[in-house]
Amino acid sequence: MTDTPKISLKGLHKQFGPKIVLDSIDLDIMPGESMVIIGGSGSGKSVTLKCILGLLHPQSGSIKVDGEETIGMGRKDRKRIQEKFGMLFQGAALFDSLPVWENVTFGLLAAGKAKRREAKEIAIENLRSVGLSPDVAHLSPAELSGGMQKRVGLARAIASKPEIIFFDEPTTGLDPIMADVINELIVERVKEMGVTALTITHDMSSVRKIADKVAMIYKGNIIWSGPRNDIDNSGNAYVEQFIHGRAEGPIQMEVLKA
Amino acid sequence: MNFLAVIGRITFGFLQATGRLGVFAGTAISHMAAPPFYFRSLLQQMMTIGYYSLPVVGLTALFTGAALALNIYEGGSRFNAESALPTIVVIGIVRELGPVLCGLIVAGRVSASMAAEIGTMRVTEQIDAMSTLSTDPFKYLIAPRIVATTLMMPFMLVIVADVIGVMGGFLIATGKLGFNAGNYMSVTMDFLEIKDIYASLTKAAVFGFFISLMGCYHGYHSRGGAQGVGIATTNAVVSACMLILLSNYLVTEIFFAT
Repeated sequence: MTDTPKISLKGLHKQFGPKIVLDSIDLDIMPGESMVIIGGSGSGKSVTLKCILGLLHPQSGSIKVDGEETIGMGRKDRKRIQEKFGMLFQGAALFDSLPVWENVTFGLLAAGKAKRREAKEIAIENLRSVGLSPDVAHLSPAELSGGMQKRVGLARAIASKPEIIFFDEPTTGLDPIMADVINELIVERVKEMGVTALTITHDMSSVRKIADKVAMIYKGNIIWSGPRNDIDNSGNAYVEQFIHGRAEGPIQMEVLKA
Repeated sequence: MNFLAVIGRITFGFLQATGRLGVFAGTAISHMAAPPFYFRSLLQQMMTIGYYSLPVVGLTALFTGAALALNIYEGGSRFNAESALPTIVVIGIVRELGPVLCGLIVAGRVSASMAAEIGTMRVTEQIDAMSTLSTDPFKYLIAPRIVATTLMMPFMLVIVADVIGVMGGFLIATGKLGFNAGNYMSVTMDFLEIKDIYASLTKAAVFGFFISLMGCYHGYHSRGGAQGVGIATTNAVVSACMLILLSNYLVTEIFFAT
């Protein structure tokens, strides 16, 4: 394992108008590591991911991928960096105008890296690897259940053999059994491919299953990070409150009471 | 309330929106010129925009030509100018009504559908997903739509609208108003100049560009779920119609102002 982090964030700051979403995020993710960022809704988890992917532009700070600064990168270099990433979106974000197999191999087809016949075979192979039968390949995304959509999303994320995979709330909206199936799949695929993984979630069962390391984000800052096994003895009141899901504690939810 | 501040805010907002639209249009055009080109997507769009718009465009042109003939005959009879009917029908349809009505119909059909489709893709993160798959949404979604509409408007829809519109006038004139068919066609061909056809096709191309630009622009920038997509769709149709009417005057001025 090299000393250069796969992803390194330093002083990442992002605000929308006067609202500061990321204050100053510092985080290193080492190659092959599975990092999980936890935090409440609106704490800045998704914005962090989108900044790393270049979908949002931070006001200041540094984002390095394999030691290479990505902020201010040109279109060509950005595309090269982008090819290192795969992502499973919260709502799967499948293209509803395309059948499942074209969704899975969209990146390969769009880049002209595979012919359609070959792409279909790759899609079926990837669908199998996430536990879906070849029959699913010709269905449209609207014909799939939530769990199946997530699996197709996972198959799409791994189809182009990325070096880094992001998982955005992978178990949201799923029943506990399907959530566990998805978690198992994520662990299997990540280990087998040897990729670096960054997951954002507030599902503690996902954290315990997926994570090598955990970081907690609160009000746009990383307030704690450490190995998964340390999370129950973090000594941090915010982490304690979050992992036990208590209403009482230092984290005050902004709820208007009548 | 400070009246000057209100005027300033409105002016500033207008300039900001115009600048954003200009940047969007410039980016879209730059992506049309540089590879990769998605020909499959382009052909699909040409089919959807051109071929599937033919029935509604044809019917509109037919009834407009017919109504125009009746109006001109009745109006012309007030000063014994009924014989000018074929000339006015052909000039009216080719120079003005063919492209403008076709443009307004296609704006309603195509601009709305583009805004709704791209808007839904935006709010369901499909556009973000496309970026993470190393595919530029401008190249895959925007450029094919603009190219297809800009080509289909003049070279399929407006040509058909012009021919069917003139035919509508011909059918009423010969079937109901007692004009001789051969005479009618000969007068029509004598008075139709090549400049009229160029103007008609130029208008069609300009309208096609604005229709697709507005559909894509409003869809791409839609926010906030179903309501946001609805607003984007309305804005796309309204702004496309306004730009059609404005650019119609400008192109007419360029071609026919003496």
